[in-house]
Amino acid sequence: MIEPGSSWVFPRAEFPSLLAGLERAGYRVVGPTVRDGAIVYGTIRSVGDLPEGWTDRQEAGTYRLAKRDDGALFGYNVGPHSWKKYLFPPREQLFTLRRDGSASFEVTPPPDDEPPLAFLGIRACEIAAMRIQDRVFVGGGTPDAGYARRARSRLVVAVQCGQAGGTCFCVSMGTGPAVRAGYDLSLTELIEPGRHDFLVQVGTPEGAGVLADVPMRPATPADLSAGEARVARAAQSMGRTMDTTGVHEVLLRNLESPVWEDVGRRCLACTNCTLACPTCFCHSTEEVPDLSAERVERWRRWDSCFNLSFSELHNGSVRATVPARYRQWLTHKLATWFDQFGSSGCVGCGRCVTWCPVGIDLTAEVRAIRAADARAVPPEGGPAP
Amino acid sequence: MAARPRLAVWKFASCDGCQLSLLDCEDELLQVAGEIEIANFREASSAVVDGPYDLSLVEGSVTTPEDARRIQEVRAQSRRLVTIGACATAGGIQALRNFGDVEEFRRAVYARPEFIATLATSTAIRDHVPVDFELRGCPINKAQLLEVISAYLHHRRPTVPTGSVCAECKRRGAVCVVVAHGAPCLGPVTQSGCGAICPAYRRGCYGCYGPQDTPNTAAWTAHLETLGLAPDAIRRVYRTFNAGAPAFRAAGDAAVPEGG
Ligand code: SF4
Ligand code: SF4
Ligand code: SF4
Repeated sequence: MIEPGSSWVFPRAEFPSLLAGLERAGYRVVGPTVRDGAIVYGTIRSVGDLPEGWTDRQEAGTYRLAKRDDGALFGYNVGPHSWKKYLFPPREQLFTLRRDGSASFEVTPPPDDEPPLAFLGIRACEIAAMRIQDRVFVGGGTPDAGYARRARSRLVVAVQCGQAGGTCFCVSMGTGPAVRAGYDLSLTELIEPGRHDFLVQVGTPEGAGVLADVPMRPATPADLSAGEARVARAAQSMGRTMDTTGVHEVLLRNLESPVWEDVGRRCLACTNCTLACPTCFCHSTEEVPDLSAERVERWRRWDSCFNLSFSELHNGSVRATVPARYRQWLTHKLATWFDQFGSSGCVGCGRCVTWCPVGIDLTAEVRAIRAADARAVPPEGGPAP
Repeated sequence: MAARPRLAVWKFASCDGCQLSLLDCEDELLQVAGEIEIANFREASSAVVDGPYDLSLVEGSVTTPEDARRIQEVRAQSRRLVTIGACATAGGIQALRNFGDVEEFRRAVYARPEFIATLATSTAIRDHVPVDFELRGCPINKAQLLEVISAYLHHRRPTVPTGSVCAECKRRGAVCVVVAHGAPCLGPVTQSGCGAICPAYRRGCYGCYGPQDTPNTAAWTAHLETLGLAPDAIRRVYRTFNAGAPAFRAAGDAAVPEGG
């Protein structure tokens, strides 16, 4: 019986039957695909759409595709897109208002005819990020209808990382690389001389359902330890680390640190970090009226705390300077997020580091703040400054 | 029925592309004509209704003494004046003359230079008269133009974001050409509005919408250098359609060291 908690193995050659199972269950499969020199997320119709034999090399401010010789389907780390674009779309119509001749309005919600989505290839840090956004959009008193609908029907087909990228630090953030929760199916790609298989762990009955027609055999202890070895290798190859001990206090007692001025000189206030980040949820709503103003559409679009207008009140912007905006971002992400949502706002995926055009690295900025803090705070028992 | 507000469209030194964006609003044009009286728009009709006008859209820059006088007249007849396009808001590509010797161009180009009355500079409308709103772009985005017209019809502020092109680039899911290809791009210092068309086709942004509201050109110039651009190449990157916009003008000036 394919039950939650059970583990199975199927050969690479049978991957199409997993895709067929997803399709038969009514899912639109979205996953990794190569486009414009990067591995992005898009619609997957066949195995040919997956980045077979591709990997990526990432550093602060650079990303390059590279070939690998083992034919891996998931042998890359995270790219410029995050899954949030599916659950929290970059632009979304919230409703249409129409004047109906009297004093009142007719409100029409947007159509909700999208098929349920299967997220194929989602990594441990990305599941953690998705659960953080679930908390933001549906965990409070007023759930977001569109997000809730899409989240309810999604199927999570995770992949455990077998290697880490140059800007990854999920180990520091406690979010990966092992997939431990929040999945329907969890895959581990096992590639060894003479072998290319997938180990699949079943998380839910929905996940079990799509495996019904996949020719597979129960996993042996050797298969399980081969999977663990791959994940352990990823854990050992993190490109970045971040010391999170007391980071909440360290950041909040350093709101006047000279580091903010320094990073503010380098930062472009371009918003790339926040829009690439899988947990950032800031948005603006705007009304789009027709010329007669008889009909108005309300739209929501991704916005960013790096935009001047984002904090504009009636008398101007609260965060007029770039240092103030970087400080807002970093202190929210790593400190006040705990106060607001009970967790860190960072999962250590490294996107903001790779996709910052000038390679500003939050792990380095936190280190710089700690160093300045150590210089400023006298050792315990020492004289007050 | 209350009288429809009167719209006038004026042309100064420009290519007409921005005015044509209004004609290009095919689906919406009938609605525009229903809500406002297009009283003076020579690109569309030779019938002209005299001013004053409720809303004037001004395209083009000031490059002649005659235009410097005419813009005063336009302002005097207009309750609201909105400038449209890079020429009207920054002097346009023709503001490259501001960095050259116009007297020399005149002698080199024209057989009878004495017939040519021109100014040494191409300047934005804002440099001559007060402007109520500036709509950027080379050319402008027609959806933004309709938004501006609609906003003035209904006495509200137009929703025209002033942040970077990068935001649109990420929203449309384009892959950053700087990070993935090491290509130069002006997106981080340029105002959005175009929809990040160029990065979506693997080209760097050319800066058609002028500087964003917080343009860190110093940091970006330093990065363009690390991508391998020589100082004079960086200067040329800043000196295109919005060469006369203050932030790009300063960045172009600063790109080449003194005496370079
Ligand atoms: S802050 Fe950066 S590393 Fe952390 S989750 Fe966001 S993009 Fe990833
Ligand atoms: S940190 Fe980097 S990506 Fe973020 S706004 Fe600044 S320059 Fe842009
Ligand atoms: S391609 Fe240009 S506009 Fe797009 S994110 Fe990169 S720097 Fe910004």
